Order: sequence, then C-alpha cells, then structure tokens
Amino acid sequence: METRVIGKSVPRKEGRKKVTGRARYVDDLSFPGMLHGVTVRSPAARGRIRAIRFEGEIPWHEFTVVTAKDIPGKNCIALLIEDQPCLAAEFVNHPEEAIVLLAHHDKYLLEEARRAVRIEIEPLPAIFSIEDSRARKEIIWGQDNIFKSFCVDKGDVDGAWASAAFVVEGRYETGAQEQLYIEPQGMIAQVSEAEGVTVWGSLQCPHYVHKALMVLFGLPRERIRVVQTETGGGFGGKEEYPSMIAAHAALLARKSGRPVKIIYDRAEDMVATTKRHPSRTRHVTALSRDGRLLAMDIDFTVDGGAYETLSPVVLSRGTIHAAGPYACPNVRIRSRAVATNAPPHGAFRGFGAPQSVFALERHLDRVAEAVGIAPDELRRRNFIREGQTLAVGQVVKEKVDMNGLMERAFALSGYHAKRKKFAAANSDPRGAIKKGIGFASFLHGAGFTGSGEEYLASEVAMEAMADGTVHILAGSTEMGQGTNTIFAQIAAEALRLDCEQIKIIQPDTAYVANSGPTVASRTAMIVGKLVETAGLGLLKSLTDGEFLQPGYTAADFSRACGEYVAKHGPLKTFVKYEHPRDLHWDDLKYSGDAYGAYAWAVYVAEVSVDIRTAEVRVNDFVAVQEVGKVINPVLAAGQIEGGVAQGIGFALYENVVWQEGRMVNAQMTNYVMPTSVDLPAIRVYFEEIPYGRGPAGAKGLGELPLDGTAPAIANAIAQATGVDVRQIPITAETLLEMLEGVHA
Amino acid sequence: MPERARKIRVSCVVNGGAASFEAYPMARLLDVLREELKLTGTKEGCGEGECGACSIEMDGALVNSCLVPALQAQGTKIRTIEGLAIGGSLHAVQQAFLTHGGAQCGICTPGMILAAANLLARYPQPDDAQIREGLSGNLCRCTGYMKIFESVVAAVRRAETRA
Ligand code: FES
Ligand code: FES
Repeated sequence: METRVIGKSVPRKEGRKKVTGRARYVDDLSFPGMLHGVTVRSPAARGRIRAIRFEGEIPWHEFTVVTAKDIPGKNCIALLIEDQPCLAAEFVNHPEEAIVLLAHHDKYLLEEARRAVRIEIEPLPAIFSIEDSRARKEIIWGQDNIFKSFCVDKGDVDGAWASAAFVVEGRYETGAQEQLYIEPQGMIAQVSEAEGVTVWGSLQCPHYVHKALMVLFGLPRERIRVVQTETGGGFGGKEEYPSMIAAHAALLARKSGRPVKIIYDRAEDMVATTKRHPSRTRHVTALSRDGRLLAMDIDFTVDGGAYETLSPVVLSRGTIHAAGPYACPNVRIRSRAVATNAPPHGAFRGFGAPQSVFALERHLDRVAEAVGIAPDELRRRNFIREGQTLAVGQVVKEKVDMNGLMERAFALSGYHAKRKKFAAANSDPRGAIKKGIGFASFLHGAGFTGSGEEYLASEVAMEAMADGTVHILAGSTEMGQGTNTIFAQIAAEALRLDCEQIKIIQPDTAYVANSGPTVASRTAMIVGKLVETAGLGLLKSLTDGEFLQPGYTAADFSRACGEYVAKHGPLKTFVKYEHPRDLHWDDLKYSGDAYGAYAWAVYVAEVSVDIRTAEVRVNDFVAVQEVGKVINPVLAAGQIEGGVAQGIGFALYENVVWQEGRMVNAQMTNYVMPTSVDLPAIRVYFEEIPYGRGPAGAKGLGELPLDGTAPAIANAIAQATGVDVRQIPITAETLLEMLEGVHA
Repeated sequence: MPERARKIRVSCVVNGGAASFEAYPMARLLDVLREELKLTGTKEGCGEGECGACSIEMDGALVNSCLVPALQAQGTKIRTIEGLAIGGSLHAVQQAFLTHGGAQCGICTPGMILAAANLLARYPQPDDAQIREGLSGNLCRCTGYMKIFESVVAAVRRAETRA
C-alpha cells in the first residue's frame, strides 16, 4: 500500500521544543503565590502511629500542615480497589508511607521542617519476603496475604508425566527494578471554590489521577481537572503513583488556599515510589524423547508490596506470558501476587511478563541440555504456529513465523558459528575471558488483557478547525515514546494531509476524550486505530456534504473545513472502541483471546565474562521482531533500543538493595543503570506483517524489548561460564560466587 | 534553625549576555539558573552529579550545575541549552538530535546536547569510543544511547559538508 507519512521517520512532533530546552516539565512551571510541599514519611515498616510531634525551632505557624484528618472525602488512592490510604492515619504498612504533608514558600526551611517532625510508631511484626508472606508468618493483608491468584489450565498436566521421556525442574528469581525516568515525579495543584481541584503534572494516565481525586475529595467529575505537563519518561513508573502526589499536592493546596508544588528529589523518588515486582517462578516440564513439550507446570509468584495497587493486573500479564510462544498440549500456570511490608510494587514496562519470560527462556535452555539437543532446536520443535492454541486457549490467527524470526536473528548475529567457536575457545582452561552467545524467543500481547479493552471503552475526539488544522483530543500521553508523532502520522495518513496540519491537544481531562491509560503497548494499536477511524469520519463528513472532492490538496481541505464550519458549526467526531466480536475472554476460567494481537521476537546477546573479576560485557545485541506495520522507523527502533538497554540493566546492573522493606541504595551513585560506555551496539530489525485491526496495520511494541533481553543475556553467560544462571540481576558479586562453584 | 550565610551578588555572562543575581554563596548554580534567571532548560535528574541532566558549559568546560556553588559563577562565561541555537536556527547537534531520534522524553536532552556540542568542540572528528566516553556523564533512560550516537555522528557529517 502506498502511504504518505506512515512508515516514514517524520521528526518528533514536540522535538524542537525538546532540543532547545523550551519544553515545559512540571518543575519548570511556577504560579504566583505558589508554595512548595513535602511529605513526612514512616520510619517503620509496620506499626501503629502513636504520636506526631512538631519539634525543633521551626516557625510552625507559618506552615500548612496536612494529616489524614484533613481529607474531605475518602482516605484512599482509588485504583482497582480502595485499600491504599492517601495518608496513613492509624497504621503504617510499609517504610516511607506518607503520614504528614507540609507546605511553605521557602524550600530550604521546608526541608528543615520535614526533619523536625517526629513520628512515633509502635512497631508491629512485618514480613519482607515472598516466602514469609506465603508461609503467613504474619497476616498483613486480607485473610491470607494474597492480592490475587490465577489458575490457567489447559489439557491434563497430571496425566502427562507418566508418558514423558524427560522431566526437567527449575526455580528462577528476578529482583525489583527501578524505573529511573530521569525526570523525578512531581505535581502542582490548585484548589478553589470556583474552579474545584486542578493538578498539573508528570504522569501517564490523566484519568487515573482524575478518578483518585474524585474519591479523595468527594467531588463530581466536572470539579476535578488533570493536566499532563511534558513528561520526562515514565516506563510504568508514572502510571499509578502520580495519583498519590497529585492527592498530596491538592490537599495542601486546599488547606493553604495557594497553589502547591511537590517535586520529589531522586532519593525520595527511589525510596517511596513503585518498582518492578520481584518474582519467583518454578517450572516442571515434561518432554517426549524427541524434545516435544508434553506438559508445562508453572508456578509464578510476584511480591506486590503493602497494598494491592496494580498487582492483580501485573500478575495477570505475567501469568499469560509465562508459557511463551510455544505449542504445548498440557499447561498449568498457578500464580499469585502476595503482600509484604515494602512500598507497593507497580507498573514497569513489560508488566509482569519480563519476570515470567526470564524464567521460561532460561529454563528452556536447561531443558534443551537435559534432552540433549541444541537450544534452538528445542524451540524450533515447539514454536507455536498459526491455528495452534496458546496456554490460555487462544487460537493464534496471526501469520506467525517464529522460526523465520529466529533464523534471521541467527544470520544477523552469526549465532551458529559463534556458538561453536566460543565453545571451543572456552574449553581452554588458560583463557580468563570467556565468551558466550545466547538468545530468547518470546511474544508480547498488545492492549489490555482479555476483556480489558471492552471495559475501558476508550474514546478519541477529533476536530477540524475552520482554518483546516485538525486537533486530536485524547488522554493518551506523550512521555518520550512518540504518541504525538504517530498520532499525527495516523491522522495525516487518513486525511491525506501532512503531519504539520495535525495538532495534538495537551492531555487535559477538561477537554480531551478518555482514550484510556497510556500503558500496555496499547496506544499505537488500540488508540491509534481510533485516531484513524476519527480521521476517516471527518473526511466522510466533508465529502458527504460535498465540501471536498477526491484528489484534494491541503489548501482544498482547509477551504472545505472553513465552509463546513461556517455552514454547520464545529466539525468534530467522537469515536469509541468497539471490541471485535470474534474475540472472547472468560474471566472466570481465565481463558480465551487474551490479546487482539501479539508482537513476536527473537533476541540474541553476545557476552564476554572475565572470570577473574566476573565482569560481564555485552558485546553485541541483535533484536528481531514482528510488530505489524512500523509507523515511524526511527521512533520504533528508538523504543526497542531503549527497552533493550533497560533489559540489560535488569539483567546485569540494577540491583535494589533492601533492608526491612526499604531501598537502601536509593541514589544514582549506587543504583547503577547502563551508561553510554556500558552498552553494545543494539541492532534492531523489524519484520512487518500488517495487522488487520491496527492503524495502517500496526501492533504494539513498547513493552516487548523488556521481555527477551535479560534471558538472552543469561543464556549467553551460561554458555560463557558454565554457570547455571537462575536469577537476575547477575551482578559481579553474585556471578563471582557462582563461578567459584563451577571453576573450583 | 541554623545560621544562614548572607546572600552575595554574582555577575557573569550567560548565553552571551551580562547577568547578575543575588544568591547564597552555596546555592546551587542549577537553582539560580532555573529560578533567578528563569532558564529552565537546564534540568535536575539527581542533584548529586551522576546524571548530567544539569550539564552546562562554564568557561568552555562541561560541568554539572547541581554541584557548582553560585559563588563560583562569578566572572565566568556560562552557556546553557537556551544559548545554543543562534536566532531561529538550530545548532548542528540540535538539528541532528531532531532528525535522528536523539531525544525521546527530552529530559536528558539539554544536558546531552551540551555534552555533545562540548565534545565536538574538543574533538571535531570523534571516533566511537570518544563519543561514548564524552557522553558517559550523561544518563539517558529512554534511548539506549544508540540514536544519540547516531545524532552526534550526523552532526559531524553536517559540519564536514558545510566546511
Ligand atoms: S542533576 Fe546534576 S548531575 Fe544529576
Ligand atoms: S530522552 Fe528520556 S532520558 Fe534521555
């Protein structure tokens, strides 16, 4: 299909503002009379609040002080349920839980005041590990410490063991990971009788914040307004947590009668906000003599922290992705999200899947070894094909060619030759530098899971102005991933205009349609489709009314808009998501069409390990994926490259050190993310098979790269060193220990 | 409340123009630029010299403005992201970042672009290792750096074709 702008690397819509320093992030905004706000947090992991004392030589009368008593509505941050308080009133359930808020115009004095608030807590026994939570050492949430559990059941797993030639067992662990967007979280709020509550901030999901504020203030929809400012990265970290800061800023603004700004510094952002859920996975896998999967029994647990927040949905995605892109007749996945006394873990790009995919792809290399075939041969014999069913019972209707992706990735990386060469070289005991090459093959579902999109029922509005400028009004946010640009491209394509004629309206709940949260690799595919449909709808209005003839120019279009508006008034369309009728999902059985489409991928990593120091270097990285039609090649490749870099961090460097539920290395100096000297060339390739229901054939890709990067690296390290890697991050310290076991 | 030092007056040249402000001697130059001079293009990512989001040029050298006390600015020449484009036309590095996907969320971008421009002033023809080394004090969580490297290379090429 000939396209005008789809498939072209048009420059980022807001790029000029960003490269000149004119883009306005929340901390760049200042309002007359504005105060600054800070949060006083719990020193204890769990306990009863005994007293709050305002000490020191602080002019306390100058301060606005807010506690739970000042909340006009319900003391909660409403999300899936309402278990998380906005401010702890009687009990605290994790370190750094917010208890008191302070506002003052002098930032320096405010910091001193924060340190002068004494919170006395009578400690209660707390639990800090998945094991202790499952053993119910203490019950800290609900009846059993379990936020949510799932059971996926396909075929008859128990009936398969007897006929198996091989049964391979393995346990795997992944650690917490900090999103580490470079712009820390922040929010400004203003509250007045006339205008209600307004917040401006760094956030992914304006309508999540909107809902939370309605419940907190007990106000109707139209009295709350949420505006997204330029957002300096999110990666899931600004999905649910911004509701908390918005709530805090708004409470201070209400009480002080002034605008209040809260900006977290890096340390506060790291100790107090969400991280990727730590996980434990156990696999028991049955295979036939020729290496075909007979049964997969998977047990998957994530640590949700102290409150439910998004853990049930993170668990859901992790569960569904746990059995990968393989055809296996018998699959059982039991999973649960459990409570511990740590700050709630939350959304982070990949959303549960990177955890379960790490376990599976590392496990399958071990399975291949047990069966006595090459890791790629094991995958080849079991890859899912069109018409076969995934673990959740979804029949794959896409044209999927995992083997083709794998061969391409191998050709690009020189996999086979290197695998052989490295094996030979590594067997020389004199060499201190060992090399390895490994891969992972995986899939990632785009959009909300199961019936999620149906419930969301997203909307997009589009308006053509009299001068021919076309406005897109959607709550979908730009946080660097390219929403503005691809929406403009999709609309321009539908309307046969140039991107410059399309204007993206800043997400503001007072004006834009609720297009759902900007998460789950759903924006391009699901919301993008609504944008496309809206564009075609506008065009139809113009052509049906004979304002516009085929073969029109941009000038004709503008003239037609002017005439239409003069005659009929505003030219605006609303489009609402309609769930495809042939997609079925059973929430009770947890089976059916989990996602409308999947992205499919094979990633290959090449590493070298200095076995004296256990230092790992990734020397080459090839990422091959099929994501439907690529809307903007530069932006799409940028998404994959950035995701792979985060995946390399997840695999090797990013180690959250916990002490009684608190992150103790909450600084960029000791929580280490990859720098420009740490990364290999990340080589990205797309296969493009247009997806019928995506805009111009596009599927989602944002989260995909987090899934396969870490296991590819782990498998490469296993080849290089002979170490049976079972957990990430594989830091030099942990690897050194394991190397001693192997090379002793 | 501990005794605070008295504010001092600091004069310097910022983006080619004379600037003068009052600040506590140990106030961070980053805050002065952002709050007193309203140059909010310089960003704060960590406040401890790790991320480079606050990078500026001081007398031609790249520094982390979160670590520079205001009093050290006295008599210096400072360049921030706002001083890079001349008139309406972008600096070659800015243009390259725009065309080659060097900026995603954009929060590291002002510091990264200054670091790249500073690198090119020192090494007009940097090799891959020099680019990586030259940008290693500037963290980017979005791009995985690949498109940033490409942008720097493109800026070099642009400079060559111009010369
Ligand atoms: S803010 Fe200065 S180095 Fe991070
Ligand atoms: S573009 Fe987002 S941190 Fe670099």
